[in-house]
Amino acid sequence: MALRRKTAYEEWAARYRSGKLVPKENATTMSGVPLQPLYTPEDLEGWSYEEKLGYPGEFPYTRGVYPSMYRGQPWTIRQFAGYGTAEETNRRYKFLLSQGQAGLSVAFDMPTLMGYDSDDPLAAGEVGHCGVAIDSLEDMETLFQGIRLDQITTSMTINSPAAILYAMYIAVGEKEGISPEKLGGTLQNDILKEYIAQKEYIFPPEPSMRLVVDTIVFAARHMPRWNAVSISGYHIREAGSTATQELAFTLADGMAYVEASVKAGLKVDQFAPRLSFFFDSHIDFFEEIAKFRAARRLWARLMRDKYGAKDPKSWMLRFHTQTAGVSLTRQQVENNISRTAYEAMAAVLGGTNSLHTNSMDEVLALPTERAAQIALRTQQVLAHETGVTNTIDPLGGSYFVEQLTDEMERGAQRYFDEIDAQGGVLRCIENGFFQREIADAAFEFERKLEANERIIVGVNAYKDGEGAEVPTLRIGPETEQGQVRRVKGVKARRDNTSVTNRLEELKAAARGRDNLMPLLLNCVKAYATEGEIMAALKEVFGIYREPILF
Amino acid sequence: MSARDTQKQWRVLTAKVGLDGHDRGVKVVSRALRDAGVEVIYAGLRQTPEMVVEAAIQEDVDAIGVSLHSGAHMTLIPRILELLKQRNATDIVVFGGGIIPQDDARELKKMGVVEIFGPGTSLQSIIDFVNHGFKAA
Repeated sequence: MALRRKTAYEEWAARYRSGKLVPKENATTMSGVPLQPLYTPEDLEGWSYEEKLGYPGEFPYTRGVYPSMYRGQPWTIRQFAGYGTAEETNRRYKFLLSQGQAGLSVAFDMPTLMGYDSDDPLAAGEVGHCGVAIDSLEDMETLFQGIRLDQITTSMTINSPAAILYAMYIAVGEKEGISPEKLGGTLQNDILKEYIAQKEYIFPPEPSMRLVVDTIVFAARHMPRWNAVSISGYHIREAGSTATQELAFTLADGMAYVEASVKAGLKVDQFAPRLSFFFDSHIDFFEEIAKFRAARRLWARLMRDKYGAKDPKSWMLRFHTQTAGVSLTRQQVENNISRTAYEAMAAVLGGTNSLHTNSMDEVLALPTERAAQIALRTQQVLAHETGVTNTIDPLGGSYFVEQLTDEMERGAQRYFDEIDAQGGVLRCIENGFFQREIADAAFEFERKLEANERIIVGVNAYKDGEGAEVPTLRIGPETEQGQVRRVKGVKARRDNTSVTNRLEELKAAARGRDNLMPLLLNCVKAYATEGEIMAALKEVFGIYREPILF
Repeated sequence: MSARDTQKQWRVLTAKVGLDGHDRGVKVVSRALRDAGVEVIYAGLRQTPEMVVEAAIQEDVDAIGVSLHSGAHMTLIPRILELLKQRNATDIVVFGGGIIPQDDARELKKMGVVEIFGPGTSLQSIIDFVNHGFKAA
């Protein structure tokens, strides 16, 4: 049997090379993994179904974390949105909820993300541009005014000041008479990838990790419906990493949070079921699918075998996906609709739990309503027309996809070994290892593009000018002026002695080792602003400056 | 002897201004210019217009290349132009890149920015732009 198959393969290989057309040599994935023109059973020699795949909802979850996957319930369509003032965004949220959406996803503006109040000189020109401006509890009350927080879940994309916004959300709940254990939602709160890629860091890595661990401990003790951290590869990939680097660095960050939380006294099964992940879906279709499948398998093994988790929920890697913003082109903007659709399909064939599809015009500005609607409809076409929800992990068993999934796993393992050899994730941040790896990969990608080794339609091939100009969304200066007046008003009306006292107590606690969440709650309830709280913490923790390299 | 050999050694200060941390583009461009023989000083993240102009004068550069993805370009880039004027340093040219809508790019060029390079710009076209004395090839 084996002998005959080999002969047939050799015959095919001879025919493959002897045709009139010379086959392309040296194909690789976008990340440089070498690819064969054909995969056969021989590529999976010794491969075991039970060991590598198992059944959906079972260890090692390669085929998906739930037994029924999209037959039970399709992925959650979760479009990230927000701009302008809390009042405008509140109106938008009420509209979305009235349309049947059950979860909100808050985008904050740059000053809020970087811990500056709207009246700070460094915030000039940025208030309300990339998301909503939140300065004090008053803005948070406005943001959720008239919305029952126990009826929805809220995802908040914020990192360095995450603990403060978390405290504000809890305080809004308390004012509505809803206790913390009834609040459900997610904080992004993944500070490690900020140093590695997105660069919205403020404090040095160690006190930043302490803040993250404080939120994990607080959520584990008081808020069973809350995901304290969403461990994110998206930003690592967008910064230019390969798929393998995204996979490896993200899971390495995940391990660092697990280790820090255990060190803080939690048992792994007390918090690991609430860890969630966030990945990019880029344009190389099969590589992305392999990456998602490998991520689930790797995490399940790490949690069970390395960290001794006993609860199967601790083994499951649940993740959100966003299509690749960097794959969008300014040239011939409408082509971005098809790019996003392919990327969305890869995420779904990889078993994502929720998905954001980018709008075609995000390469130019915040999306217009029309572009955002096409992005939403792209997911609905995928879910309801293409049939991809009918069969679980439809590429499972493909000689090619299984081989590529194994290769992604091996590539990630090589990086885990390298990171360990260099002394762990924090060391690799401080010595610039991650940043250098990503900058090199980003440069290599551009080099291939310049050399036409990689084609991007409309950019280095099939160029026909810029294409039609599309309308873009604009944020007027009145948003900033209004928000500056609002924060000044809060500072004038509140009890400033109480604010000073609460901030002093926070600083004292920050110098020690107590969990800072109760103190942050006291600060926000006294209407201390985000900028004031961050300034107090900067006094104790200092600020981080990264090694500059390019 | 080719034109290239007799070319002036250009000095360029690159920087991220504003609060966002998207440094992929500025790093790739800085490296490409350096590899093409340009002297590049990358100032890093979260540079204010004041810091950028001060560094540009101290380093005696020919040009400032700024990158923004936060939407603050219509506040921060005009401020750089104004500060250069105040310091009598308008011989230093300003170019930029990032997420900048076409209308704003046109407006900035009217104010005196020599070029805005959006996403999808080829590195060679930026290198040519510098080598042609900060003019489109």
